[in-house]
Amino acid sequence: MSIVALGRFQFAMTTIYHYFFVPFSIGTGLVVAIMETMYVITKKDEYLKMTKFWGNIFLLSFAVGVVTGIIQEFQFGMNWSAYSRFVGDIFGAPLAVEALLAFFMESTFLGLWIFTWKMVSPKLHVTFMWIVTLASSLSALWILAANSFMQHPTGYTIKNGHAVMTSFSALLKNPQLWYEFGHVIAAAIVTGGIIITGLSAFQLLKKKEGNPDFYKKSMHIGLLVALFGSIAVLTAGDLQMKALVKEQPMKFAATEGLYKNSGDPASWTLVAWANENGHKRVWGIEVPYVLSILAYDEPSGSVKGMNAINKQLVKEYGNRNYYPPVNTLFWSFRIMAGFGTLMLLVSLLGLFFTRKKNQLLYRQKWMLWILGLCTFTPFLANTTGWLVTELGRYPWTVYGLFTIKQSISPNVSVASLLISNTVYFLLFTGIGATMISLVVRELKKGPDYEEKLDEEEKRAAKIDPFDKEAFE
Amino acid sequence: MSGLQLLWFILIAVLFSGFFFLEGFDFGVGMAVQSLTHNENEKDQIVATIGPVWDGNEVWLITAGGALFASYPFWYATLFSGYYLILLMILAGLIVRGVSFEFRKNVPAKRKQFWNWTLSIGSLIVPFFFGVMFISMIEGMPIDADGNMSATFGDYINLFSVVGGVAMVLLSYLHGLNYIALKTTGPIRDRAKNYAKFLYGILYIGLVAFAVLMYFETDFFKMHFATTLILLVLMVVLTVIANVAVMKAAEITTFVASGATFVALVALIFTGMFPRVMISSISSKYDLLITNSSSSPYTLKIMSYTAIMFLPLVLAYIGWTYYVFRRRVKHAPVLETK
Ligand code: HEM
Repeated sequence: MSIVALGRFQFAMTTIYHYFFVPFSIGTGLVVAIMETMYVITKKDEYLKMTKFWGNIFLLSFAVGVVTGIIQEFQFGMNWSAYSRFVGDIFGAPLAVEALLAFFMESTFLGLWIFTWKMVSPKLHVTFMWIVTLASSLSALWILAANSFMQHPTGYTIKNGHAVMTSFSALLKNPQLWYEFGHVIAAAIVTGGIIITGLSAFQLLKKKEGNPDFYKKSMHIGLLVALFGSIAVLTAGDLQMKALVKEQPMKFAATEGLYKNSGDPASWTLVAWANENGHKRVWGIEVPYVLSILAYDEPSGSVKGMNAINKQLVKEYGNRNYYPPVNTLFWSFRIMAGFGTLMLLVSLLGLFFTRKKNQLLYRQKWMLWILGLCTFTPFLANTTGWLVTELGRYPWTVYGLFTIKQSISPNVSVASLLISNTVYFLLFTGIGATMISLVVRELKKGPDYEEKLDEEEKRAAKIDPFDKEAFE
Repeated sequence: MSGLQLLWFILIAVLFSGFFFLEGFDFGVGMAVQSLTHNENEKDQIVATIGPVWDGNEVWLITAGGALFASYPFWYATLFSGYYLILLMILAGLIVRGVSFEFRKNVPAKRKQFWNWTLSIGSLIVPFFFGVMFISMIEGMPIDADGNMSATFGDYINLFSVVGGVAMVLLSYLHGLNYIALKTTGPIRDRAKNYAKFLYGILYIGLVAFAVLMYFETDFFKMHFATTLILLVLMVVLTVIANVAVMKAAEITTFVASGATFVALVALIFTGMFPRVMISSISSKYDLLITNSSSSPYTLKIMSYTAIMFLPLVLAYIGWTYYVFRRRVKHAPVLETK
């Protein structure tokens, strides 16, 4: 195996794994902040219980997200040193700013949130959680600024074979950044909403659930958040597609599996399979007009196919293969958009069938099952979304400027890469298994566990280490 | 060399100092979980002393890494690709210890011990390999004309670098003990001090070995005689201060002195390297210099503005957090089981 292939494998493995937990914690963090706010406003204990219960699950995902995040920053230097040298003048700045502006805030205020339950007023306490949510969104903004430069370089010049920054504000004004940011944050919101909905649904399916009202209320909040998020994610995704047609036509054509130029109006392919080596579509089902609408918002206009784009790119950038992995992109896109649509429908119908007048949903097991199984869909949609974005940039790391092959660390051996891949794989497996078992355990314990424990603790006169009275 | 290049060279040193000063005691506390405590309550007690802050302390490393990437991309690229397996160990250590905090809190009682161990071992691995990395770096590494480093086992692991690694572990452990003494009540507080008293004796031997090896294995005395000597002496003086303070039970002084030892160590490394950032053992022609491995003036300027604007804010709320959690964590006696 080549070092490039191993390096790419590692990047895919570590970022995908990391990105299971990123939208998970941003999204559930937001829901927890909402729940705690409701507590502060209504003073009802059930919201406090919700905050603590879902907060614990949020903390688990946050912990795994943090530790897997450090790998990312190191990875550029370790595996992609040539890339780091080429683009460091631009790419490093948002990373450093992310740490300074977002990570410090996130970790410090999360520490405050976890340990000051009994020390500060509820209002101040909920403020900590909102600051954490704000900080995680800020961190997304900065890291996406770096990613957007790779997708669509702006504000640079090339000097002595390196990209040099000429305008920091251009980095932030990059339209790609704002599409990605909107889409990613909205996706995180759906993720949070759906996870809480889905896990609540699983709990309601249990025969002996002791506190169904708790989960019904949680589910309601989850559904509202998911509805809001899925409308936003679809809107942002639609805008992103229209930008892609112009900025990265190859990626766009590949997600549509379009080798030959489309007719006018362009029809959209529902499902298809490509022969990637032969650069041909093997079969497909098409729906007339729709692709024109998706690309240009009107029922006319043709879309360029990959064959034509490839020729153009060869002319512009030199002779190499510009075809990305078509089937992967095509199907990834359909999984993402398909699940997006599904989540929108599910949250709409879910809200409809849980309205006060007719709570059909709680009585229909199969409905609860659908909601429960939806827990997994945002993870798949997030992963496939990134596959589209990143694989679709092939063969570039920085679009039009630097290729994947040029980017790898020349001094890193196959053996080193095999070792690091193995180490990460084992760590991830162990941590993932523990994480899942702990979420299940938390669900089994249920929301009333802490209360019971608190009483027991009081009886045992055990001291909360940060309780006010504990300090002298 | 421009003023901005120098500023960022210093700022990188400051960020690493901050990291070792703060995360140093987290590592020490982590190691102490399995080596200093007598029961589960004590483990929980000392973990609680760092609970609210360890994650923030780790951000110093992430910021240092990001700042290195942004202000010295060539240094970052050479260092990180060259120290591949060492950094992998550091990452593995950071990962297992990072999740241990959350997992040990949530797992069933019988599995808690496992995550106590991962916490301790992870906390030991990280400072050890940082020591190995920084010390072998100042010994000089095989860096070629393109700035690529292709080192062999002996370049990474040799007498001096291992002494450096052990010294780093010992310093972190002592710093952690001093922190525990400062932040707890009960038997653990006294035990931490007793351990520290004993270990300071060993640290002296380590410091002498360190200074001697530095003389033979690096060009620091040749290049920067005065600063090298002063900083080495400063490290010894700080150790004496900490040692005396621990005898006199002046807990704050002890803690500040052991933290300052890290700062002196980082200062020693950075001044000794100056004006280089990586030393090539193949030829001094291939050394990476401050002047040829930094970012463009524009990027450095942007970064400087950002740092000037936001660093005070960050320091303010971090300081406030330490103030909020200023009190000692109480000792919880082991209860008779029902
Ligand atoms: C019909 C709905 C959707 C459409 C039309 C859509 C569209 C897109 C497009 C065009 C991209 C590639 C952007 C680029 O390469 O510049 C993308 C990426 C992505 N999508 Fe979606 N998407 C939809 C739903 C979702 C859902 C439901 C999720 C997750 C819950 C999601 C998560 C992502 C992520 C994480 C990325 C990568 C980051 C980015 O480029 O923004 N998407 N999406």
